[in-house]
Amino acid sequence: MQVIPLEYYIFFCSALFVIGVVGVLVKRNALVIFMSIELMLNSANLLLAAFSAYNNDPAGQIFVFFIMVVAAAEVAIGLALLVMIYRSTHTIDINVLNKLKW
Amino acid sequence: MVFSGYLFFILSFIAIYAALKVLLSKSPMHSVLYLTLAFFAIGGHYILLNAQFLAVVHIIVYAGAIMVLFIYTVMLLNLNVAGEFPKSKMAKVASILAGGLLMLTLVGIFRSYDLKVIADPALNQIGLVKTLGKVLFKDYLLPFELSSILFLAAMVGAVMLGKKDIY
Repeated sequence: MQVIPLEYYIFFCSALFVIGVVGVLVKRNALVIFMSIELMLNSANLLLAAFSAYNNDPAGQIFVFFIMVVAAAEVAIGLALLVMIYRSTHTIDINVLNKLKW
Repeated sequence: MVFSGYLFFILSFIAIYAALKVLLSKSPMHSVLYLTLAFFAIGGHYILLNAQFLAVVHIIVYAGAIMVLFIYTVMLLNLNVAGEFPKSKMAKVASILAGGLLMLTLVGIFRSYDLKVIADPALNQIGLVKTLGKVLFKDYLLPFELSSILFLAAMVGAVMLGKKDIY
């Protein structure tokens, strides 16, 4: 069986990352924006793990472990914030939640 | 074993299709479910790289905890309203153009770089729990302990943000 070239992993993870970026820019639902951020984090995780496997260096996979730690903590705080915002304004449309804009 | 040669492309196609449907779905509940499918496909990619520990932790943390939290939020707050937020067409075209240009830039960077590959990823031993555990507890002990403090801070913050009478 042929080894998958490393460039294929780079293309695939770049595609996932760009889909996440477009999701953050295009969508107005705060929950979907949050999910696109998770997609971007996952693409970076997969690319780190791929480089670590192709270069036989465990440091990449350890770093992925810590990125997952930070992502889990960030989801907890982000969803708590979302619930709090929804309780006070009854919307999660980011065009309405623009009080911090100039 | 003809099937395993195509496994990378099958999993990549499923992941990219699910990621696109996350953005293109009208209902947020469908987006959450498609994202779960994308996470399972990425977990399959980890298994292809023989990163066993990461594959299991990925499924447990992302598909098992984070996506369940999202589903709780959508269902408890009744956020499953469909198609309420139209954005101007110009902004959508501009964002997709920007995304496409970013993708071209990333691909162009990596085309001109000569990647040295040392090992066959399916045969390496560094993804096993035993090897990774030794490295984690020998070289990276301090970040490991600090991450437990990070979790404590996140827990305290999430509970405090969830209280009703915060003022």
